[in-house]
Amino acid sequence: MNIVNFTPVTATLGGMMIGLAVVIFFLFNGRLVGISSIAANALTEKENKFDNLLFLLGLIIGPIIFSLFVNKDISITISNSFILLIFAGLLVGLGTRISGGCTSGHGISGIGRFSLRSIIATITFMIVGVLTVLIKNFI
Amino acid sequence: MNKLISLISGIIFGIGLVISQMINPEKVLGFLDLFGNWDPSLAFVMIGALIITSPMFHLIKKKEKPLFVDSFNYSKNKEINNKLIIGSVLFGAGWGLGGLCPGPAISSIALLNINSISFVVSMFFGFYLVKLFKLSS
Repeated sequence: MNIVNFTPVTATLGGMMIGLAVVIFFLFNGRLVGISSIAANALTEKENKFDNLLFLLGLIIGPIIFSLFVNKDISITISNSFILLIFAGLLVGLGTRISGGCTSGHGISGIGRFSLRSIIATITFMIVGVLTVLIKNFI
Repeated sequence: MNKLISLISGIIFGIGLVISQMINPEKVLGFLDLFGNWDPSLAFVMIGALIITSPMFHLIKKKEKPLFVDSFNYSKNKEINNKLIIGSVLFGAGWGLGGLCPGPAISSIALLNINSISFVVSMFFGFYLVKLFKLSS
């Protein structure tokens, strides 16, 4: 193992902002943020539809507002093929709804309230994620 | 007012994803590449979030009700079953293949990247299938 590209300060600060967003949503609206649940419910459920859509809109315009303020473009690298991403998207869509949460719902909101169910889910998807990358690098 | 909070929470969450660089799949894949060139940043994102959420959840839950709506509304599901594990395995595989999870994937729509938009469309199709076949745990 080599440690590379490690950015502990921005990671912690960004994480604290994510935590702040989750706390605000809980304090004012009484709901725990889980992006997969918010997104899926915005698509399929009538209850809180407008709230869910507004949250998703915020998620999209957040990066735009940030890049206007710091006057810097956000660059991302996606090295995977189109077909692989379609397949990955399907797995993420199925998996997060079958298990009832994703990195935010189980990983932050769930672990934040010490839910054993969420701790088990998070450990599981992290181990499988690590194994998937290991196998992908091997092939 | 609660509509405004939904929008603001989403915006702050999205900015957090940019500052932490979790919007970039390469950072996420770097974290998952534990046995290769490991980038521990994602662990610090989770720690940063949890040092805010866990004490605040504890305090907020003592309140009778949230500030802008009549009652708290969140899953109190404690069941540890096959669906929890199977779903997490599928999610972990998709996460490891693409380096995208739902939050960063949706946020990256802002960057108009055709690959991440395709990922999001496919992900929503997955959400729809789970609803259609009543597979959720």
